[in-house]
Amino acid sequence: MRMRKRLSLPGLEGPAILKEAGKILEKRVEQPSRRAFLRSGLTLGGLAMLSGCSLSDDESVERALSAVSRFNDRVQGWIFDPAQLAPTYPESMITRPFPFNAYYGVDEVPRVEEESFRLEVTGLVADKRQWRLAELQAMAQIDQVTRHICVEGWSAIGKWGGVPFSSFLKRVGADLDAKYVGFKCADDYYTSIDMPTALHPQTILALTYDGRTLPPEYGFPMKLRMPTKLGYKNPKHIQAIFVTNTYPGGYWEDQGYNWFGGS
Amino acid sequence: MLATPASHDAPAAPPAGSPVHPGWLRATHWLNALAVVVMVASGWRIYNASPLFGFAFPAEITLGGWLGGALQWHFAGMWLLFANGVLYLALNLGTGRFRRKFFPLSVRGVAADLGAALRGRLAHADPRRYNQVQRLAYLFAMADIAVLILSGLVLWKSVQFDLLRELMGGYESARRVHFYAMALLAAFVAVHLAMVALVPRSLIAMIRGK
Repeated sequence: MRMRKRLSLPGLEGPAILKEAGKILEKRVEQPSRRAFLRSGLTLGGLAMLSGCSLSDDESVERALSAVSRFNDRVQGWIFDPAQLAPTYPESMITRPFPFNAYYGVDEVPRVEEESFRLEVTGLVADKRQWRLAELQAMAQIDQVTRHICVEGWSAIGKWGGVPFSSFLKRVGADLDAKYVGFKCADDYYTSIDMPTALHPQTILALTYDGRTLPPEYGFPMKLRMPTKLGYKNPKHIQAIFVTNTYPGGYWEDQGYNWFGGS
Repeated sequence: MLATPASHDAPAAPPAGSPVHPGWLRATHWLNALAVVVMVASGWRIYNASPLFGFAFPAEITLGGWLGGALQWHFAGMWLLFANGVLYLALNLGTGRFRRKFFPLSVRGVAADLGAALRGRLAHADPRRYNQVQRLAYLFAMADIAVLILSGLVLWKSVQFDLLRELMGGYESARRVHFYAMALLAAFVAVHLAMVALVPRSLIAMIRGK
């Protein structure tokens, strides 16, 4: 999932600066493909984009490739079987230590205070009240040992526990016919998923890892765990969940990763 | 189909002036070549994101510029590789060319032709006829690309294609199958290009048909 390590400036909030610069560029450069290219160029590792064969920098090529990627989203939605379960494994097969992965280093993991934390739920839902962590912990929980597959190719087996996401969506009276569920996170990460995957029986709003409260590096206070999707589709440190029919995109998706990102 | 038992290795007598390779074959050959170059070069970039073995491919010979770009190329190229491959196989089987050109094939025949080739005595009098080594090599390329597509399908959709996943020995094993099949295809291409360099006429035939 991690593509590039961000440049950290002492005394300054690196990611915040990049995000701000990204917003400025967004306004100035309307062409989405150019924008994605320029924004990627803002990261230190983004320089890597300039090496190797850069045919994809040509705008028409990039547009064509993006169009195929959208087509692949539709094909994957069509292939997706809501009843098809990802394989589960015995606890003895859990990868230890389970790798930390994010678009930033482990020393930059956000620390969320449980006391003040409130989960926002907005969009096409009947009940928009905010949630305390304890209220989620009071709901019926499940756990599962599944394989986490990263877009880079590697995989690792872990054990996540929490609230079945379909129960949560029903509890808040979400419009289950809506197209997307979006997530905003404490680490400025954001992503979105299709409703059929949101309702999949193995999709859980994970509150624990390996039987213990989700540690900060794995996404405290909560992570959406989907064994049917690649790692970058599984947001950590979730602060807000929204249901919508407007395509919300995602942090990596807006830079070129496939949106459906399913396995 | 004019094959007779007396000349089981000889081609059906072609009408005078007919091309060595029909147009559809040349078209699918070059589209396949393009698809293979795109898939291998972008695949190397994807491999570099998390190398299975203790080496990475030089960035200069990869396609996509970064992982996201390489994935876009790979998941676009796959449609060309697949659709063109299906078209090729369908036309090959439908026209009877598959049986005519690639069979019979025997271990003894391959050994004999390989020996002759290594001694520089393999005749290339009739470009319409594939020798036994060619038959085996081209059939191998077809089978290998099929393995690449099937193992790639497991890497892309390991949950949805569960039977295929188990057949490949699981997700992690499918990564290795995909890699080894790529390496074998690259080896085939290297030998194929060397042979073309030795018999340049075969390149002309694949372009112009004659």
